[in-house]
Amino acid sequence: MSSRTTLLRRGRVIDPRHGVDGVRDVLVRDGLVAEVSETPLNVPDAQVVDAEGRWVLPGFIDLHVHLREPGEEGKETILTGCRSAVAGGFTAVVAMPNTKPVNDSVLVTEYVKAKAREADLCRVYVAGAITKGLQGEEMAEMGALVAAGCVCITDDGRPVMNAGLMRRALQYATQFDLPVMVHEEDLTLSGKGVMHEGHTSTRLGLIGIPPSAEVAMVARDLVLLEETRGRLHVAHVSCEGSVRLLREAKRRGLRVTAEATPHHFTLEDEAVGDYDTHARMNPPLRTRRDVEAVREALADGTIDAIATDHAPHGVLEKQVEFDKAWNGVVGLETALGLTLGAVREGALGLSRAVALLTDGPARAFGLPGGHLAVGAPADITVVEPDVEWTVDATRFFSRSRNTPFHGRRLTGRVAQTWVGGRLVFENGQMKESR
Amino acid sequence: MKHLLGIEGLGRADIESLLGRAEAHLHGGPDASHLLRGKVVANLFFEDSTRTRTSFEMAAHALGAEVLNWTTAGSSVSKGETLLDTVRNIEATGPVALVIRHRSSGAPHLAARHVRCAVINAGDGTHEHPSQALLDAFTLRRRWGGLDGRTVLIIGDILHSRVARSNLHCLKALGARVVLCGPPTLLPSGLESLGAEVTWRLDDVLPQADAVMCLRVQSERQSESFFPSSREFSRLFGLNAARAERLKPGALVLHPGPMNRGVEIAPSVADGPHSVILEQVAHGVAVRRAILEEVCR
Repeated sequence: MSSRTTLLRRGRVIDPRHGVDGVRDVLVRDGLVAEVSETPLNVPDAQVVDAEGRWVLPGFIDLHVHLREPGEEGKETILTGCRSAVAGGFTAVVAMPNTKPVNDSVLVTEYVKAKAREADLCRVYVAGAITKGLQGEEMAEMGALVAAGCVCITDDGRPVMNAGLMRRALQYATQFDLPVMVHEEDLTLSGKGVMHEGHTSTRLGLIGIPPSAEVAMVARDLVLLEETRGRLHVAHVSCEGSVRLLREAKRRGLRVTAEATPHHFTLEDEAVGDYDTHARMNPPLRTRRDVEAVREALADGTIDAIATDHAPHGVLEKQVEFDKAWNGVVGLETALGLTLGAVREGALGLSRAVALLTDGPARAFGLPGGHLAVGAPADITVVEPDVEWTVDATRFFSRSRNTPFHGRRLTGRVAQTWVGGRLVFENGQMKESR
Repeated sequence: MKHLLGIEGLGRADIESLLGRAEAHLHGGPDASHLLRGKVVANLFFEDSTRTRTSFEMAAHALGAEVLNWTTAGSSVSKGETLLDTVRNIEATGPVALVIRHRSSGAPHLAARHVRCAVINAGDGTHEHPSQALLDAFTLRRRWGGLDGRTVLIIGDILHSRVARSNLHCLKALGARVVLCGPPTLLPSGLESLGAEVTWRLDDVLPQADAVMCLRVQSERQSESFFPSSREFSRLFGLNAARAERLKPGALVLHPGPMNRGVEIAPSVADGPHSVILEQVAHGVAVRRAILEEVCR
């Protein structure tokens, strides 16, 4: 990490963990936050960055990204995924295990970590699989995965349909105090569904996925959580019923955390329009009522984190019949703008929004960062709050282009991303050379 | 109209203009064999269909067009070619229109976004079957003069029926009241917001109907447990002789075919005095001539 000293001067520092929201000078030394001062600092040897009129935020943390490497490097690599992350203001991401091969072994974990070190842009944390090959049959070697550095386990993209196995995974994980992240979907309820079951699916003649496919599994896993006293993290919450159960479970003190994606708190099922495969995702986009419920849950703390579920796909996976298209949307580079959109619409306060991108995810998985106290890693995102820009998928740093937000006007842009005190992204450009 | 992808979105005037044109084509009509002379209409049937394909083929021939019949059997699709590649390759041979039948809802919409020639939806998944709805409306209009204020009852597997969706849009646009009836497992949510009335009490609505359309019961649905057995379906939702007695005098019975005689419709009803099922088939060619004429102008 850099040994240089940097002074970010007179920016509006928003650090929800410590209740800070005001103009401050932030001094960075040896990769760590050295001082946060209300009065202007004078540090002769420091490189000075004028942050006046900008927000100086803890670096964003995304608990849920697909970097596609190893196995599908045509869609994304760890390098391009990290570029996409820092361009979106993310200084840390958690890489999902549904790679090819699946990350159910130390070998794959080490590979991802090595590639991430090589990319040397943002922090890449690794999620291991719950079950071998994501097959939902046998537990992967959780202890080895934890020893290799995995920060959670998940069969993301697939539910663990076997309730007995899920119960034992939660139990077993307690010895490592490891969060078990779950994709909540009862496959017997979602069946061959390709979008939310409702007016739009009926009109388009597409098979619907009822909300019960998610809610029933959330209910099951909360019951198992209560018995096992483990840690559960519910991925990409999409509907009102799940929110209600999570709120109740938190009230009763269960160790459950949850995340929601920008597309689920922004778009409704009608975004499918005339079979737009860019609006195909799992869980599917739901109704206005569900969007409102997710927004309320983000605001009141029922949901802990905004996560993008960054899911790059190529043209071949999307320029096909709707029922043959793959699920997912690239998310890292539009997350901030969409989150600030929800803030502007009054759905949540600015400080809460920042917490959902920083402190919330850090606490959910027990990761360093997510705040700007003295001694914290100098992972910092500088935002120009009033800049309007238009999403142009052709200019993404991600290798893929699949987004339903192409052409959308957003307000608020990442000006700089600092990781460990080093400037890695500035004004639309990577700063890869040290 | 550049394409015919569905009835949804068409106005009453569009539909009436097509039906008017079909009227002119009925029983041969005036000689139209020059209208598409030297042009090629490509039939792309990714899903089997004899009746619709033949009907489009006859309509194209009557307008003087050559017909390219393409089916998936033995085609490059079995070698993994994508829909778009197939469509673009056929388009490159220069047809004036592509008539597409496909298992996936929305497949013709995908094609239409990537070709310059006209695209006609000949049935896409469980979405729409516009030419069928037009010929149904045509049949009713010829019997009644107009559809305003009439009640049309559609019975059966509404969830999986492209015929039901297209008919709903078409009949509503022409002023009819549409009632959809079937077991609750086959009545998807949101039908009311598309303008339909929905019920599973067949015997209550049957006497109100000016026309009854029975949909084909797909036998595979039984194994998916949408209903317990064909026998139970028939008992609750079949148009049998006893039910036919309770129809309004002069009520019409339709079926888009192929029929499961004895399941959704009794043979005596299918062949009885209320039935206009064979008229539907005969009208198909005239309606498809009108469609080809419209989109190939």
